[in-house]
Amino acid sequence: MNIIVLVKQVPDTEAKIRIADDGNQIDEASISFIVNPYDEYAIEAALQLKEAHGGEITLVSLGPGGAIAALRTGLAMGADKAVLLKAENSRFMNSQAVAGQIGKVLADRQFDLVLCGKKAVDTDAQQIGTLLAMNLEISVISSIVELNIAGNQITAKREVEGGTETVSCQLPAVLTCEKGLNEPRYPNLRGIMMAKKKPIEEIVVDVVDSVTDFKFENPPQKAEGRIVGEGVDAVPELARLLREEAKVI
Amino acid sequence: MATILFLAEQRDGELRKTAGELATVANNLAAKSGGQALGLVVGSNVGKCAEELGKFGITKVHIADDAKLKYYSTTAYAHSVNKLIEQVNPDVVLFSASATGRDLAPAVAGLANSSVFTDSTKVDIEGESIAIQRPVFAGKILMNIRSTTTSYISLRPNSYPIEENPASVAVEKFDPGFEDNSFIVQVTEFESSAATRPELTEADIIVSGGRGIGGPEKYDIIEQLADTLSAAVGASRAAVDAGWRPHSDQVGQTGKTVAPTLYIACGISGAIQHLAGMSSSKVIVAINKDPEAPIFKAATYGIVGDLFDVVPALEAELTKIL
Ligand SMILES: Cc1cc2nc3c(=O)[nH]c(=O)nc-3n(C[C@H](O)[C@H](O)[C@H](O)COP(=O)(O)OP(=O)(O)OC[C@H]3O[C@@H](n4cnc5c(N)ncnc54)[C@H](O)[C@@H]3O)c2cc1C
Ligand SMILES: Nc1ncnc2c1ncn2[C@@H]1O[C@H](COP(=O)(O)O)[C@@H](O)[C@H]1O
Repeated sequence: MNIIVLVKQVPDTEAKIRIADDGNQIDEASISFIVNPYDEYAIEAALQLKEAHGGEITLVSLGPGGAIAALRTGLAMGADKAVLLKAENSRFMNSQAVAGQIGKVLADRQFDLVLCGKKAVDTDAQQIGTLLAMNLEISVISSIVELNIAGNQITAKREVEGGTETVSCQLPAVLTCEKGLNEPRYPNLRGIMMAKKKPIEEIVVDVVDSVTDFKFENPPQKAEGRIVGEGVDAVPELARLLREEAKVI
Repeated sequence: MATILFLAEQRDGELRKTAGELATVANNLAAKSGGQALGLVVGSNVGKCAEELGKFGITKVHIADDAKLKYYSTTAYAHSVNKLIEQVNPDVVLFSASATGRDLAPAVAGLANSSVFTDSTKVDIEGESIAIQRPVFAGKILMNIRSTTTSYISLRPNSYPIEENPASVAVEKFDPGFEDNSFIVQVTEFESSAATRPELTEADIIVSGGRGIGGPEKYDIIEQLADTLSAAVGASRAAVDAGWRPHSDQVGQTGKTVAPTLYIACGISGAIQHLAGMSSSKVIVAINKDPEAPIFKAATYGIVGDLFDVVPALEAELTKIL
């Protein structure tokens, strides 16, 4: 099975995000970057499928030159090769443009399955996988927490309000991965050494005209909370405040 | 003169709570621009749902009503919505950022070669453009967008108060015009969680427990408090990863984003990834024995103390006054 895994490099979830002067970039100088957490579930799912069915895993990332570090992490986990679609200042590129660029590259390649994260924790856009599937006119199942592939048949589970759906479709397809699908492995030393020799292909991508008209803003500062008191003695006062001041019960 | 189309979600012929939120937003946008709010319900036997939208002042609702649409299918639902979009040519298409809305919205936008403004918390019409605000970086930054083309928007549940304003509804059925590939993705089974508590993302009140709870069996005090308040139960990632609660209970950056009126955090330290999922709650209560815990900075009200004393006492107090 030939599997493509989409990987985005994102700021560490602990990072403090500062808006850059022009208002539609963030200051990326002082932050550290990680593989998007949901993409780790996608990589792990691909590795397990390869272990079961054989085949090859290709990572694809669109991002600045530095995003190569995220690809190396995925290669160290066990993926076979990678493609970097190099585009500076592309973090908030329009989602359709990102999906379009990735789709263009995939259209010329042989693959059975595309795995990606449920969402990137920078854009929080939650759509690249589905947009890509629509562009490629193949099936998509989003936010999967369980996966089974037998022959051409995919069966997956996803959680929705009120219950769990079992969803099925055929290969080729795009699947977006939710926490709970698996436990991503850590790269070991051997993996890290081997990753250095694995091929990363670079393709330069144009981002002109693919950015939506937007400005960032800091969220309003919330008033600092107040400690009502200590232990059970504070309980009646808390109940009163919830009822009379906040009026939420 | 904008046309605002909104997809009212239903399950088993019952409108979801978010339908009222979307109807209210659609009405307000239509009123502001002198345009029209159009409802859309997709499913099987959904005529009654369409009529119920009148409660929120909606006068026109289109339905794709077909036995084949009984179970949700991303592709069949997307093709149905797209069919109506081609017919009514809306300026704004609103979805709920529910699990279903988050799945469907990009499929619909993708068919039109567009994309979605996901999980938006504000939508307005300003002159010829649509102004949208959505949190990014898990709420650390807000993104203010101006859109001048058809805008596909999903709205964060609980970000809009529902306004009731009864009207009578004209229901119009349309043919979804299924194609060969309309059902390539199919829900083959739906296992109801048979929940006795409200849905986490829709709940008005959430009682959440973290590592401080100490074990799965000890969640009973959290559940009792939740039941007294008709609340949902949430959890931190530490509690989920320890196997005490299911993944679906997790609140935070890699869990659910919630915006209830009241969020009660018990034995949760308030890590930035947890705050990411619940900081837009209107009122936050923290119960923690460590006065230095960061959750107290985010909380509206805090009690420093042992949760095994404070939570049952709070439950008893509320039983008394509610
Ligand atoms: C990429 C990434 C994504 C993440 N996503 C999420 C996410 O979505 N959601 C999430 O929650 N976390 C997430 N985390 C984890 C997060 O960083 C924290 O580790 C986690 O939130 C801690 O959970 P906790 O507050 O329950 O546990 P702890 O931090 O261990 O806090 C337990 C608290 O309980 C208090 N306590 C203990 N006993 C009692 C008692 N008897 N009475 C009262 N108080 C008591 C303690 O004082 C302490 O403050 C993520 C981390 C990473 C790296
Ligand atoms: N620039 C990118 N390069 C590679 N994959 C991406 C990129 N942006 C998003 N993705 C993938 O699409 C998923 C959803 O992203 P998003 O729709 O932006 O929330 C991510 O988890 C990644 O797997």
